[in-house]
Amino acid sequence: MIEVRGLTKRYRTTLAVDDLSFQVRPGVVTGFLGPNGAGKSTTMRMILDLDRPDAGEVRIGGRRYRDIARPMCTVGALLDAKWVHPNRSARRHLQWMAAASGLPATRADEVLELVGLTAVAGKRAGTFSLGMSQRLGIAGALLGDPPVLMFDEPVNGLDPEGIHWIRTLMQGLAAEGRTVFVSSHLLSEMALTATELVVIGRGRLISHGRTSAFVDGASGASVLVRSPAIGDLVPAMQAAGYGVATDPSGGARVTGATTEQIGELAAAAGFVLHELTQVRGSLEEAFMQITGRDVEFTAGGPPVPAGPVGKHRSEVQS
Amino acid sequence: MSAVAAERIKLMSTRSPWWTSAVAVVIVIGMTAVVVATWDTADGPLPFAVSGYFATFGMVVVMVMAAVAVTSEYRFGTIRTTFQAVPHRTTALLAKAAVVVPLAVVVGLVAGFGAWAVAWLISPAGMSLSTDAEWRVVAGTALVWAVGAVIALAVGILVRQTAGAVTLLLVWVLLVENLIGLIPRVGADIQGWLPFVNATNFLTGGGGDAGGPPSTSAMAFGPWGSLAWFAAIAVVLMGIALAVVNRRDA
Repeated sequence: MIEVRGLTKRYRTTLAVDDLSFQVRPGVVTGFLGPNGAGKSTTMRMILDLDRPDAGEVRIGGRRYRDIARPMCTVGALLDAKWVHPNRSARRHLQWMAAASGLPATRADEVLELVGLTAVAGKRAGTFSLGMSQRLGIAGALLGDPPVLMFDEPVNGLDPEGIHWIRTLMQGLAAEGRTVFVSSHLLSEMALTATELVVIGRGRLISHGRTSAFVDGASGASVLVRSPAIGDLVPAMQAAGYGVATDPSGGARVTGATTEQIGELAAAAGFVLHELTQVRGSLEEAFMQITGRDVEFTAGGPPVPAGPVGKHRSEVQS
Repeated sequence: MSAVAAERIKLMSTRSPWWTSAVAVVIVIGMTAVVVATWDTADGPLPFAVSGYFATFGMVVVMVMAAVAVTSEYRFGTIRTTFQAVPHRTTALLAKAAVVVPLAVVVGLVAGFGAWAVAWLISPAGMSLSTDAEWRVVAGTALVWAVGAVIALAVGILVRQTAGAVTLLLVWVLLVENLIGLIPRVGADIQGWLPFVNATNFLTGGGGDAGGPPSTSAMAFGPWGSLAWFAAIAVVLMGIALAVVNRRDA
């Protein structure tokens, strides 16, 4: 169990993490989702007491990280697979970590076996491919057989086989009853891996809940309606309690209603319809809409409109 | 002490500490051997403290090794893994010192006694090891290098970048402390308080049968006082470094 309470981190003038609070519970994979620069890595570093928060605190199983004896046996983390000395062999890298945690040196070979790096255990870590480095980092996280695991963008730059391996591994670890907290900026990846989602943008909590709820809300089931009588149809649909927004096509984009409901409403009022289409936005598109205003670095161009999907924020949060 | 065991594995599992240690020893023994072998007695008897004059150069190499032991961790991000395993940062860094300083002592002993042995083999006359001053030159190298290693570790922790830390140490030890002596009137007085001038004063100063003249005309301390002062500066610097590392983000 990881509890984050009111965590705040300021770098000179930028507020990297802003009064962030959430809990990560054991037994499921919890995704930590947000665009690049949203403060995911900073939050993870503060959970491990590497960065000092300006306000707030983190408890892991009720304790502060610095108060945990042999912390690698409580929290295993892979924040950056490049954090290895390139001239040190994979085995020696894990051996010093094991020694620092009071674990026997043989544990290094056990975790190397677990991640499939036994054959290259004696090779310098600097010669490893990204996928191998990632496996070595995961071996380090598993070294102390910890009940809490944290991975920062573990699938970044991996091939499909590597992605599948990590996904299966994380789900397996959660099924063993561990707390698994994984960050990503890819909603589609999190939709496949995580049962729960903590979504942040610009250091603030956007939503926290079940992934399925977030995905349903985010994929923004809406209905596109075109009609020559759109001017009369829109007030009728609004009166029925549906969310209505104008669509660039000249029609209306309706949320909170099915095609059946709209069709029946139009028929009852005698409106001609030219189009009645169920629209499902891509997860990425929807994610951008939700976090749009919270993206710190945007390419030039018009800002992403908040759009009708915005109303789902409250639903997912509850 | 699990943190010390981890630091021992770290230091010994890359090649650079082995190389730098070897270079430090070779510099001191090699330079001493060259001077002893080519000494012209017409210029006077061979000074016993000849190895002591080259100890500074070996110490600089040992200091680079110590500084890099810290800065390479910042360079490659392993410092974060270190603090993940040992969140009490003072403990983690003192464990590193507990490995680096003994290595400096061992290398200093090999260099000091090695240089003396080589000098004795080439020119046995006047190379017997008896007085306090003679012992200081031979065995004292290890003490000076140990203190130098502590200073280098502190600088490494504070600066974090290899190039910056190494440049700062080289300029400080080899240039600044010597150039300050060139300042008219007050230069020598200032020098008398500088750490590495005091380190040299401990090794080769203090007069006596084998010792040379004091390092400057205005030394603040005798040889053992110089060592104590040198060590006190190292302890203060390490204290500052530990205070800083505990406050900032890793």
